[in-house]
Amino acid sequence: MLRIKNLEAGYGPLKVLRKVSMHIGPSEIVTVIGANGAGKTTLLKTISGLLCAQAGEIIFEKRNLRMLPPEMIVFLGCSLVPEGRQLFAPMTVRENLILGAYVQYRRRRQEEVKEDLERVFALFPRLKERETQLAGTLSGGEQQMLAIGRALLSRPAVLLLDEPSMGLAPRLVREIFDHIARLRTERGVTILLVEQNARAALSIADRGYVLETGRVVLEGTAEDLLANRDVQRAYLGRERNGTP
Amino acid sequence: MYWEPDSECMHREEIEQLQLERLQATLNRVYGRVPFYRKKFDEMGIGPEDVGALADLARLPFTTKDDLRDNYPYGFFAVPMREVVRIHASSGTTGTPTVVGYTRNDIRTWSNLVARIITMGGATKDDVIQIAFGYGLFTGAFGLHYGAERIGASVIPASSGNTARQIKIMQDFKTTALVSTPSYALLIGETIREMGIPLSSLSLKWGLFGAEPWSDAMRQEIEDRLGIVATDNYGLSEVIGPGVSGECLERKGLHINEDHFIVEVVDPETLTPVPPGEVGELVLTTLSKEAFPMIRYRTRDLTRLLSGECPCGRTGQRMSRVFGRSDDMLIIRGVNVFPSQVETVLFEIEGTEPHYQIVLDRKGAMDEATVLVEVSESIFFDQMRRQKEMIERIQKRLAQDLGVTFGVKLVGKKGLERFEGKARRVVDNRKM
Repeated sequence: MLRIKNLEAGYGPLKVLRKVSMHIGPSEIVTVIGANGAGKTTLLKTISGLLCAQAGEIIFEKRNLRMLPPEMIVFLGCSLVPEGRQLFAPMTVRENLILGAYVQYRRRRQEEVKEDLERVFALFPRLKERETQLAGTLSGGEQQMLAIGRALLSRPAVLLLDEPSMGLAPRLVREIFDHIARLRTERGVTILLVEQNARAALSIADRGYVLETGRVVLEGTAEDLLANRDVQRAYLGRERNGTP
Repeated sequence: MYWEPDSECMHREEIEQLQLERLQATLNRVYGRVPFYRKKFDEMGIGPEDVGALADLARLPFTTKDDLRDNYPYGFFAVPMREVVRIHASSGTTGTPTVVGYTRNDIRTWSNLVARIITMGGATKDDVIQIAFGYGLFTGAFGLHYGAERIGASVIPASSGNTARQIKIMQDFKTTALVSTPSYALLIGETIREMGIPLSSLSLKWGLFGAEPWSDAMRQEIEDRLGIVATDNYGLSEVIGPGVSGECLERKGLHINEDHFIVEVVDPETLTPVPPGEVGELVLTTLSKEAFPMIRYRTRDLTRLLSGECPCGRTGQRMSRVFGRSDDMLIIRGVNVFPSQVETVLFEIEGTEPHYQIVLDRKGAMDEATVLVEVSESIFFDQMRRQKEMIERIQKRLAQDLGVTFGVKLVGKKGLERFEGKARRVVDNRKM
């Protein structure tokens, strides 16, 4: 569904991504893990068009996304849940969600937007409870749900998630990741998940890539990566004993 | 039946994308962790960043057996020793062995690749698989063992040797699949005949053979003697062990596990890729090995890639059965000859037994080649005239097909050495 080849991206003379190649199949959950500064956010910014790639190709359903403006990429079915949520704090939960559907308004599908809103509320009942509350007053976990919900309103085929665990208490991380996994099983959404919390990410992903200073150094199934000693040492904390 | 249908039947496009991703990741890793490769790449002024397409692989340096020997034992390991859970070594019929290592993930991958091959060769979890390879540093036994266990079959780690015992195990334990070298399978077949054991007392159905080149004629012989369907499988310890490629039941070439190995075929002299479908030396690059990744390893095995689709539905490119090694190719009076070519001729002549030896001498400046071939009792004790006729027939065929004049000597049954492991069919007495 999404096929990336030799992606090079950076900020002016600062080169961040070096010949990054990866792919995501339909309804797969693929994670990209790596340390701070590895290039994970740059990767998602480049795919979603917020940053212009310097070389390489990003093929999404036979179209090259490189060079397309971000709103076009959302229109084509690829939505980003940005790092740090980036909600509109002075607006209500409902207003934030509806803004996520702006592409649908362009398509004049307003009735469907109402349907989608109800579906997001079914997925995140807590958001329904706080429908008229200002986004800035929500808790961390609720804000993350809202950010995901907003992206879902654009009816994406591929959802890009940038560090959804950031700033969340461990119990909430568990909850959010369960929701993310269900997006795939219940709605068939294809997910590219970028995370520093490798353990949480690998617990729901099918496959993963490990990024180190802008280069892919390892690729494999979640099982492979969890069992890989380098990954364990660098990203999973203490060495695991008795791993099967 | 497929072991990993998603991987074995992937579209060509998907295979190539996966190969590119894994190649780039492997190059990034080896550049950082294997001093030999970093040095070589730096010398050539090339790095992982220069590889943006599979074709760019041709710009990278080869790795040879000598390189491995020079870095004996652990010079090519890409992970710390505490992550290596298994060490194997190649038999190395000449010189120092090469040492290879596996992480836990490598072992799991290896088991799955061999599981694919066993499955495509017909065996399933309901089979009783007798592994008649020698257990030890050689990768054949453990490789097939883990693959067989992976599919859930009942595995008998018989190891090699003591043929009478092997046969008793086959009868009593009701072995349905035999794993060994083709030469050993032949020996077992012979012994069964000698002992007067009827095939009906055996439960054999499948044979999975490898570790040395063997001809179609030999396959037929083995299948007849043991009452099985025999498939070839290929691998080498430097790259992983068994599991690189294997024949499906169509037996129209060996499917290569391309999601784990990139295959190239090069001219052994010029080292440039041969035109599609031509014979050349197989060069392999690993895509998922953690402990012992290999970039463009020269296998010295001669093969060619087969085009077209296989009826079995697997999309991995196929290679022909290995013709021989580029270093056991003989040059006799300027003519290139493979022992397997001699084998083919001999098998087609009635009265010969499937045991032969090529002896090379030099008289003065000229090479002299003699073929010793075992013949059936009736011929051996027959009139001189009939023996002479046979000798002439063999000589004529060899000259016709191979372009070399051989001396031919007929030998009685068991007159030649038998091999449990790899057969040594050439005695080269020529001193350079």
